[in-house]
Amino acid sequence: MQYTFIALVEDKPGVLNRVASLFRRRNFNIESLAVGRTEKTGVSRMTIVTNCENDTDAHKIEANLYKLVNVIDVQDVTRQPSVTRDLALIKVKATPEQRSEINNLVAIFRARIVDVAPDSVIVEATGTEDKVEGMIELLRPIGIMEMVRTGQVAMTRGEHCGIRRTPGANGNGWHPEEIVPVGAD
Amino acid sequence: MKLSGAEILWECLVREGVEVVFGYPGGANMPIYDAMLSYPVHHVLVRHEQGAAHMADGYARASGRVGVAMATSGPGATNLVTGIATAMMDSSPTVFITGQVHAHLIGGDAFQETDVTGITLPITKHNYLITRADEVAEVVREAFYIARSGRPGPVLIDICKNAQIEQTEFEYPADCKLPGYQPPWHAPKSDLQKAVELIEKAKKPVILCGHGVMMSGAEEVLQHFAVKTNTPVAMTLLGLGAFPASHELSLGMMGMHGEAHCNLAIQNADLLLAFGMRFDDRVTGTLATYAPGAKKIHIDIDPSEIHKNVKADVPLVGDLKTVVTDLVPMVDEYEHEEWMMQIKEWKADGDARSIMSWPEDGKLHVSHLVHSLWNATEGGAIVTTDVGQHQMWTAQYYFMEKPKRWLSSGGAGTMGFGLPSAIGAWFAQPDEEVWTVVGDGGFQMTQAELSTAVQENANVKIAIMNNNFLGMVRQWQEFFFEKRYSAVNMRTPDFVKIAEAHGIPARLVTKPEEVQDAITFARNTPGPVLLEFRVEQEEAVYPMVPTGAALDQMLRRPVRQETE
Repeated sequence: MQYTFIALVEDKPGVLNRVASLFRRRNFNIESLAVGRTEKTGVSRMTIVTNCENDTDAHKIEANLYKLVNVIDVQDVTRQPSVTRDLALIKVKATPEQRSEINNLVAIFRARIVDVAPDSVIVEATGTEDKVEGMIELLRPIGIMEMVRTGQVAMTRGEHCGIRRTPGANGNGWHPEEIVPVGAD
Repeated sequence: MKLSGAEILWECLVREGVEVVFGYPGGANMPIYDAMLSYPVHHVLVRHEQGAAHMADGYARASGRVGVAMATSGPGATNLVTGIATAMMDSSPTVFITGQVHAHLIGGDAFQETDVTGITLPITKHNYLITRADEVAEVVREAFYIARSGRPGPVLIDICKNAQIEQTEFEYPADCKLPGYQPPWHAPKSDLQKAVELIEKAKKPVILCGHGVMMSGAEEVLQHFAVKTNTPVAMTLLGLGAFPASHELSLGMMGMHGEAHCNLAIQNADLLLAFGMRFDDRVTGTLATYAPGAKKIHIDIDPSEIHKNVKADVPLVGDLKTVVTDLVPMVDEYEHEEWMMQIKEWKADGDARSIMSWPEDGKLHVSHLVHSLWNATEGGAIVTTDVGQHQMWTAQYYFMEKPKRWLSSGGAGTMGFGLPSAIGAWFAQPDEEVWTVVGDGGFQMTQAELSTAVQENANVKIAIMNNNFLGMVRQWQEFFFEKRYSAVNMRTPDFVKIAEAHGIPARLVTKPEEVQDAITFARNTPGPVLLEFRVEQEEAVYPMVPTGAALDQMLRRPVRQETE
């Protein structure tokens, strides 16, 4: 099953390597990984999608990410109400006569043509992974020349900003009132 | 005042309480070595950087303070790697400082350039590359804090040569800004309550005492908890010493070469209380059949250990001492009469098979030697080992009463750990008696540190158990490969002569009647002393849980040994 994690990380050199290396070392497989800036300076946000056999494996990933010193926080959003999006650019082989057909087709998916060349068009599609997949299948018979995808980005719905803590990240049920942070000794 | 990066490094080390560093100079760390001369820190010149890493590790384990090792870039740094991995696997609080080429040369395959932070990424708790002098103070402050807090571990600092030389304003940072690093302290009340419910219901509980007990300083509260709840205590290899071996609740060591009654108790328990241990495959046997009837309460400061190998019914993530201290007033006193009787019965069977009850046969057995050593030192010495048969025998027969005295490479299983870690331990506890029990194979891996021991006049006693075999591999070949011995027969040098060449007093012991005398000689001679024992060649460590077997499916020593 696919699991989706959001990780807030310090924007420092080598942090991506630390995260990627962790997946390799612990024998987990990354399906997609998207990194970018956030509303806070110095903080980057990663959306990581992996294939795990079960919740226990997902917990392992979450806990191991949490353990990295540069990872500020991490959350498994797989079962939380959230918005997930994937962006794809697809270059499709298209004679001038085929353009309108393609235009009609992609409109159904609220995608659009963003570049036109004599022999091809570039389609930009945004949506859930399923929706993007669906559109790709319809474009395939026409002739896909090239494709690039960002991988999923995710955000939970509702009033909570950024990361909403769920039980598990640090192994305990999350009871903020009872957690006493450790000061520098 | 402006200081060079190298001077700032030493300013910080001194403020962290560092009194001794183990290391080796080279091109990329020369400014550090130059600045060192102005600071009150003793430097131990090792013969190989692996030795420095193990010494820092041994120092940390024997003292609980952070051990520091240094090396230059390239091969100097890569020679540390085995020692860093060893410290990582056993959560030893250590800081490694390596020199790196000039920042502007990085990536250009400069002389002695190696991607040290890349290499050590998976074997450090955290690591840093410093390219500017103004980063030094903050990084060193953070490195020491990370190394010793939470689940301790090695932190590596790779400092570019230009950062060592450049001058900058020095200000010691008041605290660490680590937004992503907040080790948990207390476990939530509601989870503690769940644990108490399991403890109340248990008829056959066992405490599994791991290295974390010592790391957290929870020895006393563990004893309090065990006595109050009347729960027997089984120890992991690295947990030895955290609970007194002579205590009536002690079950001794668990696992592959653990006591039979201890493993039987774990397999038949209805509740396991895992205190700062990580259910390593060497202590669980095959997981499918591990303690099938037991609920598990797992207390660990590292959330990634929870459910890693064994699913916990109640995980308590936090500092062990704090969590158990919170638990003690919540539990009552319980009787486990029947359970204790059962364990006693199992134990009696083990005693009948014990090699200790064998009559003298004129041969040297490592178990007997370790027992003699234990007697002579009244169980009070710091004992380090290498890895293999002698390690298991020492774990089995040097009954540890106190913590931080049993130093052995557990997780990594690093041969060559014994001698350098003993030297490190002696620097940590110079008034204690320090012994290293090693095999002929492992000793030769870091034998070069004999010179270091002499140069520092380290009061370390070396007992080599020489069976002319790589004993543990030989044992496996005997048991699991139809005794086809492959590359285990080892022709060893004359260790006494090697010692003498170093100016180290030494003795060869071949007969049981010479043992006492030799031990007395070593104890009464100041400085390093080497004893070589020619021990029985083809003896096996029992009990043994073969890989893939259940923890209670042990190969046992026959009650009466047949002589060939």
